[in-house]
Amino acid sequence: MNILVLMKVVPDVVEELEVGSDGKSLDTSFLRTIINERDDHALEQALLLKDKHGGKVTLLTLDAPDIDDVLFTALAKGTDRAVKICGVESVQSTQTAVKLFGDVIAKTPDLLPVDLILTGVSAIDDLDGLMAAPIAHQLGWPYTGVVTHVTLADKTATVIKEFAGGVRGEYDVPTPAVLGIQAAEKPPRYVPVAKVRAAMKSQTIETVDAPAVEAATTVEVQQMAKPQVTGHAEMLEGSAEDVAGKICELLAKRGLL
Amino acid sequence: MAGNIWIVAEAWRGQVSEITFELLALGREVAGQAGVPLEAVLLGSNARELAQKLGAADTVLYADNAALADPVPENAAAALAQLIKERQPAAVLVPLTNLSVDVGVVLAAQLNVPFLNYCKNLKADGGNLTATCVLYGGKMEATVTASAKPAIIGILPGARSVEQGRSDKAAAITDVAVTLAAPKVHFKKYLDPETADVDITQKDFLVAVGRGIQTKDNLELAEDLAASLGGAVCGSRPVIDQGWLGLSRQVGKSGMLVKPKLYVMLGISGAPEHVEGMKSSQCIIAVNTDAAAPIFNVAHYGVVGDALEVAPALTEKIKARKG
Amino acid sequence: MDLDPVRISLMGLPAWAVLWVLTLGAFGVFGFRAWQLIGLLFKARSENRFDQLGARVMRFARHVLLQPRLFNEPSIGLAHFLIFWGFVVYVICFNWALIRGLAPVLPIPYPDEVGLSAFFLDVFSVTVLISLAAAVVRRVFFPPAHLHLSWDANLILTLIGILMLTTLFGAGFRLVGEGKAASGWTPFGSLLTAVLPPMTAPTAHAWAKGMWWMHIITVLIFLVYLPYSKHLHLLASPFNVFFGNLRPAGDLSIAGGSEELAAGSAKWNEFTWKQLLSGFSCAECGRCDRSCPAANSGFPLEPQQLVQKLKKHTIHAGLAKPNGNGEKLIGDVITENEIWSCTTCMSCIERCAVLNEQIPILVQLRRHLVSEGQMAKTVQDALNNFNRYGNSFGKSDRMRAKWTQALGWKVKDARKEEVEYLWFVGDYASFDPRLEESTRKTANVFKAAGVDFGILYEGERNAGNDVRRIGEEGLFEMLRDKNLQAMGKAKYKTIVTTDPHAFNTLKNEYDLKGVEVLHYSEVLDRLAAQGRLTFKNKLAGRVTYHDPCYLGRYNDIYEPARRVLKATGVELVEMPRSFNRSYCCGAGGGRIWMEDVEGVKERPAESRVREAAALGVTTLVVACPKDLVMFQDALKTAGLEGKLAIKDVIDLVEEATRQA
Ligand SMILES: Cc1cc2nc3c(=O)[nH]c(=O)nc-3n(C[C@H](O)[C@H](O)[C@H](O)COP(=O)(O)OP(=O)(O)OC[C@H]3O[C@@H](n4cnc5c(N)ncnc54)[C@H](O)[C@@H]3O)c2cc1C
Ligand code: SF4
Ligand code: SF4
Repeated sequence: MNILVLMKVVPDVVEELEVGSDGKSLDTSFLRTIINERDDHALEQALLLKDKHGGKVTLLTLDAPDIDDVLFTALAKGTDRAVKICGVESVQSTQTAVKLFGDVIAKTPDLLPVDLILTGVSAIDDLDGLMAAPIAHQLGWPYTGVVTHVTLADKTATVIKEFAGGVRGEYDVPTPAVLGIQAAEKPPRYVPVAKVRAAMKSQTIETVDAPAVEAATTVEVQQMAKPQVTGHAEMLEGSAEDVAGKICELLAKRGLL
Repeated sequence: MAGNIWIVAEAWRGQVSEITFELLALGREVAGQAGVPLEAVLLGSNARELAQKLGAADTVLYADNAALADPVPENAAAALAQLIKERQPAAVLVPLTNLSVDVGVVLAAQLNVPFLNYCKNLKADGGNLTATCVLYGGKMEATVTASAKPAIIGILPGARSVEQGRSDKAAAITDVAVTLAAPKVHFKKYLDPETADVDITQKDFLVAVGRGIQTKDNLELAEDLAASLGGAVCGSRPVIDQGWLGLSRQVGKSGMLVKPKLYVMLGISGAPEHVEGMKSSQCIIAVNTDAAAPIFNVAHYGVVGDALEVAPALTEKIKARKG
Repeated sequence: MDLDPVRISLMGLPAWAVLWVLTLGAFGVFGFRAWQLIGLLFKARSENRFDQLGARVMRFARHVLLQPRLFNEPSIGLAHFLIFWGFVVYVICFNWALIRGLAPVLPIPYPDEVGLSAFFLDVFSVTVLISLAAAVVRRVFFPPAHLHLSWDANLILTLIGILMLTTLFGAGFRLVGEGKAASGWTPFGSLLTAVLPPMTAPTAHAWAKGMWWMHIITVLIFLVYLPYSKHLHLLASPFNVFFGNLRPAGDLSIAGGSEELAAGSAKWNEFTWKQLLSGFSCAECGRCDRSCPAANSGFPLEPQQLVQKLKKHTIHAGLAKPNGNGEKLIGDVITENEIWSCTTCMSCIERCAVLNEQIPILVQLRRHLVSEGQMAKTVQDALNNFNRYGNSFGKSDRMRAKWTQALGWKVKDARKEEVEYLWFVGDYASFDPRLEESTRKTANVFKAAGVDFGILYEGERNAGNDVRRIGEEGLFEMLRDKNLQAMGKAKYKTIVTTDPHAFNTLKNEYDLKGVEVLHYSEVLDRLAAQGRLTFKNKLAGRVTYHDPCYLGRYNDIYEPARRVLKATGVELVEMPRSFNRSYCCGAGGGRIWMEDVEGVKERPAESRVREAAALGVTTLVVACPKDLVMFQDALKTAGLEGKLAIKDVIDLVEEATRQA
């Protein structure tokens, strides 16, 4: 069973984010990126499947600052191959990322065949789409998203998808398939720094050149701004009855009742 | 604007999800601004009575097909794609729920248009749609124009209130036919949560109790509130230490990390160790007698008052509203 | 008449020949066992404990010959001391008697035939018997917690009793045989002549010989049994003490040990020989357990059991057939929960009479678990945060100096301006909202006293003390290197830290080439001594002070904070557990990031605040940011809110020196 994992980095929201001078995008001078949490879960799910069934796990990423650390960490965790797509400047749109990944997967000779392509079901910067479905569409493979559990058998992956309120659904997906991972069965494993260092010494990261793709134009950011945050709760006043009523109102307004 | 505004209704296990009404409310506004009709699309099998609930739309396009009974996004997307090709709407609003998001993204892929994500507000303005999207986990908001036709737009829960989208008006139902090929992905079954063992990390609604609850007996007030919301009770460490709740209900640094839709806090001061475990909750309401309690810097809504009074009052109101 | 006990015939053989057979047999078995055990040590990993021989000899003299640590527990200290010395004298006399018995031709008398040695034997026998009685009474009527009342221990006590009684009775019978009523050389043997029934001289001689034989045979049995029993400590512990750790206790580096140690130990032979020797040396006295906060709080860890389990497993697995018994050290013998329960407070090491080092053993096990990625999710998150942001809070490193913003003046950036003191603030003091105020007070007090200091701003990382003790050696090195890099850019003379954990690792594990590292309590103490702090507003009230593990036990710093406190005017009273007996707050060794476990009786911090409250003081003063957090939390669960305040030393100093 061979698995390809697609991973990208997103802005680290632990850091203060600022709007750039164009008023439409993030200020990149202080931007720090971190791997998309769900992609990390996708990698973990792939490694769990490898632990169970054997086979190879290949990780494909877009180049980014500090991406080598991410890739070596993945190698230290048991990933077999780490490949990065070079020659892309920070990819702002998910559509572009989809095109880049799609092209590279189709054109790089030894990435396919695989049984599964796993990637995070969503990322915090996915403004104009989610990655997994369009890639599945390009490849003509089946797709299922919001997956939290995968079991592999010959030619079929049985996956569990999360709905709401703890209810989940079980699906059979014929392989090869693309899955959008919501969470791996276990939290991503910890790999000690020493092992990452050892991987840096003994393993290599492969590179492929980014194909030329035209950027998507149908979604355009006009303006970006920090939402107003007061840093303090909005206080509800009145008698217990009154506040209960007010809470009810706002729960209803938020679609929570 | 050329083309109508569509919302995709979410029907699940014989019920219309509430977010459908939120979309109807938002769609109504947008359709009004654009001066076009609002149409709701309901896909299902023997679900006509559900279509009747969507009276807020000018028309309900109801596609009845046995293949649409189960939640198979591929089928739903194929059905929508056919209808879209036939009827050319300007925009299709899709609920951003785990159930529907896949329908939206597969549809966008099939039509080869972008899927506009994380939208919390939408306006029509001179033939253009302008969306406000929440990015980077809420750290930024982007104003975005979508010129794709049709624009497939994922709407976050809570964009409008459910009430606004409900209508007593009889729905004008138009039956539409779709032909569906056998899907590649096969839905097998629903897995319901096991009730015996409450996993607070999986709950959408949590009522958290702190030392302000004072005695074990008062826990009942929290249990009642949680029951009315359809959620569970959890607590801060001192409450767990007292043995009032099991260790699996502890939220915080040394307990569970939770991200529910609603986190109601009764008598919790907001120590960093507790906040660590719940700060990502979507809506936090804190009830505390101390106006200076640090939790009010974390919560979205605050009540300075006695949790022992507010909790039962709230339970009553919720029960009354839910009927 | 020949009184020589070997000049008789036993079962038709000359008795000395029988003695040869018995002796060779006993020594053979003993030697075989010793050879086996030593063989195990040779299979373990290396560790250099052959340096500083002079210091080792001194330590041996102190801890083996004088045994000061045994006197920590008065009920047994003197008794053990006497048993020990009695035993040494006996060993000498026994060997003397044995050699004489094996070689009857030697023209020397038996020890009991020489006045002086007979006197010693006589007096010691009685003293030891009295000590034995004390030991038995303690075991039966007042057994301290964690003392294992084993069959093994009882057997040994019985054997020792027989040895002493045979000596006394031997002397008594000899006197009777010689027709004397008493001898000044054997005062207690003389007493026995009065109670022995009347008998003929040959009968008495025969009894005396019988006693001699019984004595010798008992010793030989003892010899055979010894290396199989807990009294292996008699043989192993002197070596254990000699090869004990001479580096600072706060240095967990594997310097001088096998490189592989950094990846941890999961099998018996992956520990160092010295760590295995710890097990052989353990006397099962339970001192460590009695002082252990984990054991006392009901966490599944007892340091004594840890050492014992390692010993038993080593012997089982090491001496088993090649395919072994399949028992896994981690999991079957020692559980993961056990391994993670330790707060690295060092009281076990500080107490152990045979100078065992439990923490390095635990850390070896932890290193293995970490290398396998087996740890609680919360610990994993903390480690990931350290790795990415340099702090456990998961906050941006750019926010590290945010606390300075409310100061109203700019703290020097030591990377840009030369300073006298480089202040290593530490994570908790920098990031925890509850501590920011105290951190600012420290800055203001330093400023008022004219201290020229600066900080590293976002260049500072967690010092890595707890990361290392969690067992993530690579991450520790990474943090240390980053700090050293930032410190390399700064010009300073002395380092001052707020956090005792950071203090320990900077001082003992950073190799700062002679740069002085001080805790802020030491700096305050110096400033006070130099008259640079003026305590204008004398404070009133009774307070007590908690010695942080990493300041006290680890680095022997007890007085500066106390002197400073007294200078503020408060009355300082001591808790029953103070100075090197201070009781851990429970946060150390990474425990602060671990999940709570079921079955904990009383958290260490709760026990501690209760102890303080019982003194009737207003305030429990701490000198460690984590302590403040831990104890403030414990007040809630212990129901002591409003009855006791938790304050940092700096809070009192600031109040006492504040300008009107
Ligand atoms: C290492 C460590 C780990 C920890 N891990 C956790 C953890 O995982 N989870 C956790 O929760 N804590 C944890 N803590 C404890 C944490 O520091 C706090 O002590 C704890 O969260 C406080 O709980 P609380 O808010 O219920 O109690 P308090 O802080 O005592 O707050 C009670 C609040 O109730 C209010 N109140 C009183 N009466 C009423 C009333 N009638 N109506 C409304 N409000 C009222 C009071 O004003 C007060 O604000 C940890 C602490 C440490 C040191
Ligand atoms: S260091 Fe402290 S907590 Fe750890 S075993 Fe020793 S006494 Fe117990
Ligand atoms: S390890 Fe040391 S203190 Fe603990 S029981 Fe053994 S000899 Fe005693």
